[in-house]
Amino acid sequence: MKVAEFMQRTGLKAFTGDTGLEREITGIYVCDLLSWVMSHASKGDAWITVHTHLNIVAVALLAEVSCIIVPEGIKAEEATVKKAAEEGIVILGSEMSAYHICCKAYELLR
Amino acid sequence: MSDGIIRLKFDILPNDMSAAGEASSGVKKVLNQLGVEPQKIKKAAIAMYEAEINAVIHGGGGIAEVVIDKEYIEVKIRDEGPGIADIELAMQEGYSTASDEIREMGFGAGMGLPNMKRYSDKLVIESEVGKGTTVTIVVNL
Repeated sequence: MKVAEFMQRTGLKAFTGDTGLEREITGIYVCDLLSWVMSHASKGDAWITVHTHLNIVAVALLAEVSCIIVPEGIKAEEATVKKAAEEGIVILGSEMSAYHICCKAYELLR
Repeated sequence: MSDGIIRLKFDILPNDMSAAGEASSGVKKVLNQLGVEPQKIKKAAIAMYEAEINAVIHGGGGIAEVVIDKEYIEVKIRDEGPGIADIELAMQEGYSTASDEIREMGFGAGMGLPNMKRYSDKLVIESEVGKGTTVTIVVNL
């Protein structure tokens, strides 16, 4: 499912504007240890993390995830959003917990 | 270049987490332009990123020298930091000497060196306490 449709069906909002919304989400990966994400996330996963510092953009690029999702109303840092937009990485935000995002994603992606 | 070998050099700034990853992302772009297989680019870029982060966190910055040949890419990251006293211990997954601040950013989980090993075809760590560390990563292309 494309990021744009996933947003529409889950109510997630993009911090990064219109960039990268055509990317395909193939699964979900939830983790805040960055090295772990790089070695375990699959290409196309939507990555849920509470981190919003600049380095998440590099990790997302290296892990080839489809987008970053920041849960529980956390706001992404301005510099991170700018860098992500430059690199074509989408950062989505939600008031939902990681668990609830996963539950919705399960229904949509299975 | 006439011999077909590409050589790149990057400065890695000390304690600047915001710039960490610039070198590996630069190498990734070059490998992409060269049409290297995506899976191999991923291996080289992740291994190099981990080494770069280590140089920023532990090494007081350093220098990355990269050689891209037809059959391999070699990344050499050199720092003049405190060195690693026990390399075998440092290679163990979960062992870390990173600060709380770095851990709060999601780094320092003791996976950097294990990831370098996982993603490289050859990994050589040379270190002397008080002098510094040189990590050499080779990924076969």
